Amino acid sequence: MLYREAGDFKTTYASDQQTFPIKSERALFWLFMAAAFLIVPFLINDYWNKAVLMPLLIYCMAALGLNILVGYCGQVSLGTGGFMAVGAYAAYKLMTAFPWMDQFSVTILAGFVTAGVGILFGLPSLRIKGFYLAVATLAAQFFLVWMFNKFAWFYNYSASGQITAPERTIFGYAVTGPSSLPWATYLFGLTLLFVFGWIARNLTRGRLGRSWMAIRDMDIAAEIIGVSPLKAKLSAFAVSSFYIGMAGAMFFANYLGAAEVGEAFGIDKSFLVLFMVIIGGLGSILGSFLGAAFLVLLPVLLKNLMVDQLGWVTDLAAHVQIMLVGGLIVFFLIVEPHGLAQLWRLTKEKLRLWPFPY
Amino acid sequence: MNVHLNPVNEFRMTRPDDGIARGAPLLVADNISLSFGGVKAITDISFDIRKGEIRAIIGPNGAGKTSMLNVINGFYHPQEGTITFRGERRSRMRPHVAAHQGIARTFQNIALFKGMSVLDNIMTGRITLQHRNLFWQALWNGPAEREELEHREAVEHIIDFLEIEHIRKTPVGRLPYGLQKRVELGRALAAEPALLLLDEPMAGMNLEEKEDMSRFVLDVNQQFGTTIALIEHDMGVVMDLSDRVVVLDYGRKIGDGTPDDVRNNQDVIDAYLGVSHDA
Amino acid sequence: MNPAILNFIEIFMNGLMAGIMYSLVALGFVLIFKASGIFNFAQGVMALFAALTLVGFMTGQVPFAHLINAIFGTEVHTWGAGMPALLAILLTMVVMIALAWLIERYVLKHLVNQEPIILFMATIGLAYFLEGFGDLMWGSDVKTLDVGLPSGGSFWWEDVTREWAAAGSQYYGMYIDLLDVSATIIAIVLVTALTLFSQYTATGRALRAVADDHQAAMSVGISLRRIWVIVWSISGFVALVAGIMWGSKSGVQFSLSLIALKALPVLILGGFTSIPGAIIGGLIIGVGEKLAEAYVGPLVGGAIENWFAYVVALAFLLVRPQGLFGDKIIERI
Repeated sequence: MLYREAGDFKTTYASDQQTFPIKSERALFWLFMAAAFLIVPFLINDYWNKAVLMPLLIYCMAALGLNILVGYCGQVSLGTGGFMAVGAYAAYKLMTAFPWMDQFSVTILAGFVTAGVGILFGLPSLRIKGFYLAVATLAAQFFLVWMFNKFAWFYNYSASGQITAPERTIFGYAVTGPSSLPWATYLFGLTLLFVFGWIARNLTRGRLGRSWMAIRDMDIAAEIIGVSPLKAKLSAFAVSSFYIGMAGAMFFANYLGAAEVGEAFGIDKSFLVLFMVIIGGLGSILGSFLGAAFLVLLPVLLKNLMVDQLGWVTDLAAHVQIMLVGGLIVFFLIVEPHGLAQLWRLTKEKLRLWPFPY
Repeated sequence: MNVHLNPVNEFRMTRPDDGIARGAPLLVADNISLSFGGVKAITDISFDIRKGEIRAIIGPNGAGKTSMLNVINGFYHPQEGTITFRGERRSRMRPHVAAHQGIARTFQNIALFKGMSVLDNIMTGRITLQHRNLFWQALWNGPAEREELEHREAVEHIIDFLEIEHIRKTPVGRLPYGLQKRVELGRALAAEPALLLLDEPMAGMNLEEKEDMSRFVLDVNQQFGTTIALIEHDMGVVMDLSDRVVVLDYGRKIGDGTPDDVRNNQDVIDAYLGVSHDA
Repeated sequence: MNPAILNFIEIFMNGLMAGIMYSLVALGFVLIFKASGIFNFAQGVMALFAALTLVGFMTGQVPFAHLINAIFGTEVHTWGAGMPALLAILLTMVVMIALAWLIERYVLKHLVNQEPIILFMATIGLAYFLEGFGDLMWGSDVKTLDVGLPSGGSFWWEDVTREWAAAGSQYYGMYIDLLDVSATIIAIVLVTALTLFSQYTATGRALRAVADDHQAAMSVGISLRRIWVIVWSISGFVALVAGIMWGSKSGVQFSLSLIALKALPVLILGGFTSIPGAIIGGLIIGVGEKLAEAYVGPLVGGAIENWFAYVVALAFLLVRPQGLFGDKIIERI
């Protein structure tokens, strides 16, 4: 009977609309956060940081961003890879042009740059909807990748065409570059995710979030009750791109260290993040995290199982993995179109009634 | 918590007074014509809606009633004619601008936001009244939360008024038809409209639900002084509720006046009995 | 004639033929969209899968050889004998029909009445599944496909066109690939056959009825599920043809599935429901792309083929959201 709301009365509207209305859930959340901030940094090593934790944090950020656009505002985008590239290249240009700038500012400014680009490519959404819009965002994907490849200014005329992150520190600890510290990088990413996860929650629970959802559920009715489609759609594109841009900046600066645009930010990234959002749950912040965790951890697990345990060759394991991911997408859409977040909600309902079946 | 004996009185109208006297024209439709690719939906219709009244728009199917409401709130743009609302003339305008000017409506086929709860649906009605920008909303604690709670309270009064407290947190998709209609009225009321357009608010309801809905419509009109224009097929309801009636047929106006006038108008009787037009 | 004009004609013709190839892929999309309202993102992967299967049959590969070897530690790769192209094509067609049946049985059946966007995402999942499955079954190495179609440049055409140029000018004739010519002919035959099929057979009429109105079609006794299997089989067939063409041209490998991405702008131009739209849209994109690459490309650094089609489609969409052949949309509430 750990999980119960009986006796947990709400006497103000404020307490009725808080993020975790149930006491034990609140406690669980803070316990989890405390572990993530205070315990994990002491246990972390380079393998865990590179293979699991950094990708997890970065994809959580990207999925959160895409979920705002697709899940909350209903505008399907296949341009995530391109927008991540904008964030990465913006971060690179900022880092090399202003060496004194700290990495938090770089990442957030890269987010703002991406938000601007996102608004630009969101403009067609005012005229076109659904699949047509999805295809239009593909234009953004291809165009952006082409642009970063074609114009040498973006990669500072480096011979390899790659961008390489110089070392930047936070409070004297390196978070980018070859000698970055695993625990510092991890805490850097976690802090950003925590702050912006909280901001995403705030944006989606108020007027802005409701106008996004209104556009998603029925755009005509939304306009008639006073939602300006221009403001709602473009703000969704801006906020979403902001998050995706920060994810791109982190992916390049804190995770890869060096990147080539076609390889790091190709269309498969767009699909991967979209899958995270679908599997996790459209229109749910928790879902974005669960979906990202699922698709980051699944390949690691499968690789461990097939390559290390069974001794299969890597490309065979990769094929099985693609197949499984595709199959899971279909499976989830059939069984639970609302994703892992909905499963979690149903589990909680069950827990609330436990040990009684109804 | 306080016990609201008469919750309606708690409901404040925050829109500034527009200085139009009760009984003076609030909205004037002037020679409106609307067609879709050669098919005329509305032909040269003029009428007015006076402040504080309940104005019914009736007519057989396909008479152009819903098209008329769509013109009034800017969803359709008439080829000819103008709409004057609160003294401002316009020929083209986006629906969301109309909403900001104080026109709210419900729909013939329910147009609620299926992915949201009853509470959130009604809260969307307050969108035109909430002003905190993205920055404050991102911070939440402080101005944005205060604003949210303020509007939550107003919405709770509407929920009390419509007697839907028990389904506050239910996703609207799960509700029966009659309750969905009520939630939709709640969403329109939440905007504290100067003019409320109701498109067949009682269609498909049983007698009891119709009585409830009629009571809500009358209460809204009398206690908040909201001007209402409604389309309805149930003649009993129309004659009981409305102050004045405009009758449309094949996109033309064939009658306008008090319920009694209209009842005795030969053209109206013909239209409803299906007398051939060239007879 | 001025060589510049001849160059233009050459680019234009090559564009037309590339466009035919795009149309071929777009056609598969249109067929499924018309019959079931599903935007089938897996169309490109279906073409890849069909081509892989065809090569596998022709060269006598053992399916799932890698997997079998990994699990049982064996070293099997081929049966030792291949089969003739025609038989292999027929067998591949059987596989594609089986695939259509499986997709209906295990995916579509469970997703009826879902939002179009959910169905769209399901087909993305399907595309991934099929990609992994195809690689698992036949291996991911690049394969050559030769079903006996003529290929290479046409010397005859080169000689003919060389005569057209003004005497004394440095012009060596137009290059035209015989494979493109045969693809064009096959595509024309295919489209004619499909049109005849949908106009003059009972199944074709049922297909059109379903495309018009699902409910009405069901009420006159048309089985929606049977229709879906048929439609997916037909588009499996179209995928096979597209797979043969593209596979013969540039080898059977993963990039074959990316032709789906090429077909998307075509669909936007032509509309999702119009077969003539798919063909004309394909031609416009094909020609536009080649002309842009030749005349605009050098100005901005080249390689604009990847996104140019999208920008054309997007610009077009902003002016005419319903596509080339679509009806004007009147919004109602």
